[in-house]
Amino acid sequence: MITATASIPESAQERMVAPSRFGDVIFRWLTLVMAFSVLVLVILVGWQLWRNSSLAIHKFGFHFLNTSKWDPVAEEFGALPFIYGTLISSLIALVIAVPLSIATAVFLTELAPMWIRQPLVSLIEMLAAIPSVILGLWGVFVMVPFLRLAVFPWLKKTLGFLPLFTGPIYGVSMLAGGIIVAIMILPIITSVSREILRSVPDLQREAAYGLGATRWEVTRIAVLSYAKNGLFGAVVLGLGRALGETMAVTMVIGNTPQIVASLFAPGYTLASVIANEFTEATTDVYLSALFEVGLVLFGVTIAVNLIAQLLVKTFVNTSAGAVQ
Amino acid sequence: MKNVMEHESTISADTAALHAMTDAEQSPAIAFEVNDLSVWYGQKQTIFNTTIDIPAQSVTAIIGPSGCGKSTFLRCLNRMHELVPTARHEGSIRLFGEDLYAPKIDPCVVRRRIGMVFQKSNPFPTMSIAENVIVGLRLNGVRDRAYLDERMEKALRMAALWDEVKNDLNRPGISLSGGQQQRLCIARAVAVEPEIILMDEPCSALDPIATAKVEELIYELKKQYTIVIVTHNMQQAGRCSDYTAFFYLGRLIEFAKTEKIFTNPSQKQTEDYITGRFG
Ligand SMILES: Nc1ncnc2c1ncn2[C@@H]1O[C@H](COP(=O)(O)OP(=O)(O)OP(=O)(O)O)[C@@H](O)[C@H]1O
Ligand SMILES: [Mg+2]
Repeated sequence: MITATASIPESAQERMVAPSRFGDVIFRWLTLVMAFSVLVLVILVGWQLWRNSSLAIHKFGFHFLNTSKWDPVAEEFGALPFIYGTLISSLIALVIAVPLSIATAVFLTELAPMWIRQPLVSLIEMLAAIPSVILGLWGVFVMVPFLRLAVFPWLKKTLGFLPLFTGPIYGVSMLAGGIIVAIMILPIITSVSREILRSVPDLQREAAYGLGATRWEVTRIAVLSYAKNGLFGAVVLGLGRALGETMAVTMVIGNTPQIVASLFAPGYTLASVIANEFTEATTDVYLSALFEVGLVLFGVTIAVNLIAQLLVKTFVNTSAGAVQ
Repeated sequence: MKNVMEHESTISADTAALHAMTDAEQSPAIAFEVNDLSVWYGQKQTIFNTTIDIPAQSVTAIIGPSGCGKSTFLRCLNRMHELVPTARHEGSIRLFGEDLYAPKIDPCVVRRRIGMVFQKSNPFPTMSIAENVIVGLRLNGVRDRAYLDERMEKALRMAALWDEVKNDLNRPGISLSGGQQQRLCIARAVAVEPEIILMDEPCSALDPIATAKVEELIYELKKQYTIVIVTHNMQQAGRCSDYTAFFYLGRLIEFAKTEKIFTNPSQKQTEDYITGRFG
């Protein structure tokens, strides 16, 4: 034993002394504090909303969530149409934006010739940089008239047997709101999806190509299935954006608190009602009700995210992308 | 003529039979005829004017120091190098007399005829063991469940993996060990019954036991397939190949029967490399 210890050369003995862990400790605490500060911020925001809306919560209780009457003069407040409007416009946005974004991302990473990729990416990033209000203006003066004159009548003629596409056409509508939100979340879903597709190892693609797969088959069996968890994450991120989107939607959705099946009818969202009515909220109850709308939006966003994460855990094969 | 060949090489798979044939002025059937092949990545040339005839129903090993263009050469044989956008080639490659690069030939069809096994095992992580094996058949449009099962078992047996996985075919392919994954990839390649199998350092990530299994497998596969294998392992080349090609700096230095390359190479560079004097 003793001889064995003695025979260890000096340099090795030096190496056996534990290195200073000081940096490690600092680093761990620093990151921990950062991570917690995000959580604390979220809790603080929630708590503030809760406190400011306590008046409305006490006065209306659960009815706030399941009644449709929004009458500031009579001081009756029910937020159901706004919840409905937010969920439906976001859903429309996802239905339009998800296939488009993922298809674009696939095109950009798998199919497009090299020289065209970077310009296209820049273009999409530019779309993300357009201020919401400008997009709203474009929506009001270009998109809505176009929808009213061309698209909606056509939809009504071809798909009019569905209750979704019936009733009078005004232009400003739930569908217009959904479309504008789709345009707004398209860049984020596209660029996140693109990063995810780019992170699929080339080895996977080669495995498929080696079997004689065509480009589309390679994309399907090697790329998309490998990336599906990540793509789902990209969609959830887009949904988060869609739920909270305010300015542009407010300008084209018509701002009418109602629940009707037709997508041609105007609607109203949680975010829009806060933005529109905050300055007019003269009474305490009114203001408190708007705060509660904010609280509901906050809750819906968090709930949607949690549900999405649960879905990932239960339905999507978690071993995907877990290679090495 | 090809039948005679098959017959002869099954009775005695060693080089003696081939000797006899050469003596009788009969050359073995040629799988690949590579004529004056040069390859560039962008401006940089990596393969220089290579001409080589790779015999059918035998194992050809490609050896050479790192970066000499072995993988590039191998990938040209099934048009995989075309996936690199900057890659460009000149010269011709024929498989059993048919020009692989003729304009009317679809590279996907070429790759269906010529299977490939990669250095790093790459099973599809979202697929089960069974699905990984039959994915190629599915791509070819086979739907019959019973037939798929039959082919899957056959391929897994061929890859010497059946006994280890037959009870959990529905487990994810990536839940296997590294060596098993590599044999799964071999099963995936042979399941479509290609004419040729290309292997790029298939054992470099494996332990000696797994390596021995794969080598045994190569020996078995040789009865039906033409195999071209890139390897860094001289012993491996010596053990399981019939022919050996030595590449150096993008040039084919020597191509001959393995026996000859290892005992009596005609080029000084080959000898130096094999005896470990450089590379
Ligand atoms: N995709 C590529 N783009 C550009 N150059 C490449 C590419 N792949 C290979 N090369 C170059 O081609 C040359 C030959 O590479 P290759 O991969 O064929 O070598 P190798 O003999 O297989 O080496 P190793 O034994 O290390 O696998 C190298 O100089 C390499 O830098
Ligand atoms: Mg290589």
